[in-house]
Formats: sequence, C-alpha cells, structure tokens
Amino acid sequence: MAVIRDMIPPCELFQPASIGDALNLLDQYGENSWVLAGGLDSFDWFKDRIKRPEAIVDLGGIEELSGIRADGDGLVIGPMTSLTEVATHPDIVGRFGLLAQAAEHVATPQIRNQGTLGGNLAQDTRCWYYRGGWPCYRAGGNICYASAPKAMNAEHCVFGASRCVAINPSDTAPATIALDAQMVVTNSSGETVYDAEDFFIGPGIDIERMTVMEPGDLLTAIRIPGTWAGADFYFEKIRDRQSWDFSLVTVASAMRTSGGTIQDARISVNGVAPYPMRLDEAERAVIGQAPTDDIGVAAGDIAIRRAQPLRHNAYKLPLMKNLVRRAVRAEV
Amino acid sequence: MTEVEIIRDRGPRNYSRRKFIKGVIAAGATVSASSYLFRGPGVLTAGQARGGVERLMTLTVNGQQRRVDVLPYETLAMTLRYKLGLTGTKLGCDRAECGACTVHIDGVTHYSCSMLTHQVRGREIRTIEGLESPDGELHPVQQAVMDEGGFQCAFCAPGFIMSMAAFVEDNPGASRAQCAQALSGNLCRCGDYNKILDSAERAVELMDQRA
Repeated sequence: MAVIRDMIPPCELFQPASIGDALNLLDQYGENSWVLAGGLDSFDWFKDRIKRPEAIVDLGGIEELSGIRADGDGLVIGPMTSLTEVATHPDIVGRFGLLAQAAEHVATPQIRNQGTLGGNLAQDTRCWYYRGGWPCYRAGGNICYASAPKAMNAEHCVFGASRCVAINPSDTAPATIALDAQMVVTNSSGETVYDAEDFFIGPGIDIERMTVMEPGDLLTAIRIPGTWAGADFYFEKIRDRQSWDFSLVTVASAMRTSGGTIQDARISVNGVAPYPMRLDEAERAVIGQAPTDDIGVAAGDIAIRRAQPLRHNAYKLPLMKNLVRRAVRAEV
Repeated sequence: MTEVEIIRDRGPRNYSRRKFIKGVIAAGATVSASSYLFRGPGVLTAGQARGGVERLMTLTVNGQQRRVDVLPYETLAMTLRYKLGLTGTKLGCDRAECGACTVHIDGVTHYSCSMLTHQVRGREIRTIEGLESPDGELHPVQQAVMDEGGFQCAFCAPGFIMSMAAFVEDNPGASRAQCAQALSGNLCRCGDYNKILDSAERAVELMDQRA
C-alpha cells in the first residue's frame, strides 16, 4: 500500500488465561474476532485496514499453549512456542531436525523470536492482489486478479488452482507433513485431530481459508509422532533474498534407508500450490530404490508431471524438480 | 572552527533539536503529537468497556517502572516514542520489515513496531537508551560503533546496535559470519554493511576483554 498508516484502528483486546476463556470470546464475537499469536502478520492486516476485527484475542497469556514436551517416543509442541525455540530445542534439533531447520529458515531472528509455530502453520497466503485489498475470490469477490491475462503471478501456484491461484507460504508446514505430524484443533464443542496433510486445504474446499480451521476454532497442539525420529532429513528453501523472504519453492523430506535402498519416504513441497503438497507418487517411485541421482531425476519428473504453470511462474517447475532430486540424492 | 563557536553562542547552550523534542514529551506537552497520532472518533474511549484489557499499566523500561496509559491496540514502538519519550527507538517501516525499531524484551530482540504494548506487561524492556551503564560508560557495542565509525546516516543504528548487543552478550567469540546472521533482521539503506560488521567484530573483542 502506498499510504503509510501509523495506527491500528480501535478495537478490543482480550488476554484470556485459559483455552476455555479464549473459546468463549471467539464464540461471543464470532466472525468479528481475531486470534492473535505472534501478531507479525495480523498487525499488517490491521494497519492496512483490510481486516477490521472488533475483538482481538491474544493467546500469549495461555500457558498450556506454549512449550515442548515429550509424548511417548514423540513430542507435543504448543502452537504458541516461538520459532526460535522450535529451531533450537535439543529434542527437536536432535530427533526431528527437519522441523528445526524449517523454523530456522523463517524470516529474520526478530520475527522468529516472536512468531509462533502455530502462527506460521496457519498463516494466510501472500498473494499481493489479495493482500492489497482487491475484492478477489479469496476476499469474497468474484474474480482472480492474479490469473488475469496481464497479471503478475511469478510467485503463484502451478498445482491445485481452483479459481484462486495463491500459494501457501509456510516454511514449517511441509516439514510437519514429512514428519506425519497431527494438528489438534479445539472449539467449544470439543477437540478434533487432523493429519497435517489434511489440515491444509485448497480453494476447491474453501476459497477463503488456508486450513480446516473456521472462526471459533483454535489450534491447540502439534503432535510429532516418533515415526521419523532420527531419520535422514532434507530441507531446502529457495527465495529471492536470504533474509526475510518467503519461499518460492521449498522441499522437506524424511527417509529411512538400509542396505543401500530407501525403505520409506515422505516428500513434501510448498510454494507450488495453495496448500503444502505431499508427493505420494514420487515417494512410491523412490521406495525400494537406491538413492541415486537417476532415481532423484525420475522422482522429480514424476513430481512436476501434472503442473499447470501460469504466465510468469513456469520457472518453478525445474526448481521443484531439482529440489526433489536433491532430497532423494542427499541420501547417498 | 571559530564560526561554529560563534553560531553556537547565539542560541541556547547545548540545546539540540533532539533535546528539544525529548523535553516537550517529558514535560507532558504531548498534545500535538498525540492529536496527530491518536486521532479519530472514539479513540480515547475505546478499550475501556466490555472486559478488555486495563489501559493503565506499569512497564519496566531500562530498569525503571513507568506508569502509562496504553490503548489496547497500541504498538510498543508508539508507547516508547510518544508516551515515554524514548525516541532512540526508530520507526522505519512500521511493518517488521526493516529492524529500526528493534528492542530487547527479556533480553531477546523484537520489532517494537509489531507487538502490542499490552503483550509485554511484566516483562523487562530494554531500549537503546538503556544500554550504557548508569555511570555513563558505553556498552561495548556502542564503543565498537564509535571506534569503527559504523554507520553513515545512522537512522538504522539503534536497531542494529540492539541486535548486536543481544547477540554479543550471549555469544562470546562469535565470527563475522555469525554476526551477519544475527544482524540479518536489520536493514541499512546506506548499504554500510561492511562497517557495521567491522563494528560487530570489534564489539565481540571488547566484550571478550571485559569478561
């Protein structure tokens, strides 16, 4: 926005101390409420006057929402845990290094100190037409500006478009998919647990949301099972500049190899679709094979097979293909 | 040299624009700044009703307890600069995209433009004004910046110095590359990064000498 506006417009701020209190407030204010985690994205929306909630519900005072604890052979991470803590916690670094690497690649040190894992997972898309306040499909309108003939869409999707062509920008999301994580979503009628893969949704399911969460829902825990503890991980985020920037394409993978062959694999890519993609077909192509460059190339070819690039983003195909190739080859 | 002396003699002694602004804020004459920044209908009455946060609060800033009236939707940078007169903290982008507003909350760097003052209730806030010791001795990072001439226009300096200070205090013997990583959340539009990193390296040395 060309106009700089200093102040956040007037609204209520609530700082509940328990999940129950927070859910009551969310029910009371419904669609006019706003859940505040780290706030780094929220404040931009407010300052730009594009989102105008009546009541901000700050989760910072709810102790049970932050921290990392052991759960059997896995971990439970509170969604309000800062990205810095996720990136440096010995249990995560030692056994689930993929998630630590992903958190370390988010934005800048200051943003990681304040930004939370839950906020990073549930963040909204960066499509600048949508961010600029244009009345697009995602904003409740009836047009997609980013796929118009002269649109600037270098950073938009090559898969999964359904009227909207925005992408999911989260760095940690593909890591949660590769680790078979589960998301615990709580609302006033109870708790639902989703596999990470199902937690993120595309515009074909709901064009105005990035995740299964609706107004009144809270992400209350991220469960990392022991399944992939200590596996071989690969994470790479490609971006225009090495600090601050969101990803163009990101790959996160977990693999187990023995006797020179890949026994099991998870490969997830973000930045190419409105949701982080799990590459099932590429996974099947590498399981039982030796992690060679040839197999990496084959997996990369499979991964990009059904892509439909827009006018300015075909560069994402070789990028994605090579990231998948590197993820497979890294096991050599 | 003489010309400078003569000009200085005409005006009030040792009175800079910065001191004037700080004086105005400290004297409570914030009417003009407040009416510009906090204008709009209903602003002054909003936030009191319906069980929201209590506006009157005590902040711990640079070791001092400061009583202040804070709007529910007010950012920490606004409170520091326009309510407490701590204008060392700069507002560059107001969007967590430049780092000029970096302060320490419990010893950890944060962008003060992108957090609400109500989020830091009960926590230790440290700004650029709180770096030097009470006897006026500069923090090793400040001394290093003086020694190396670290900045050109220096608008970004308070943010850089706060990032540098948090880092060198926790990381003795850090390398230049590690300093660059630690400063990757701050931008300098003059592009003076080499001298800034020289200063950071010097700060690591000074910190080690002091330890």
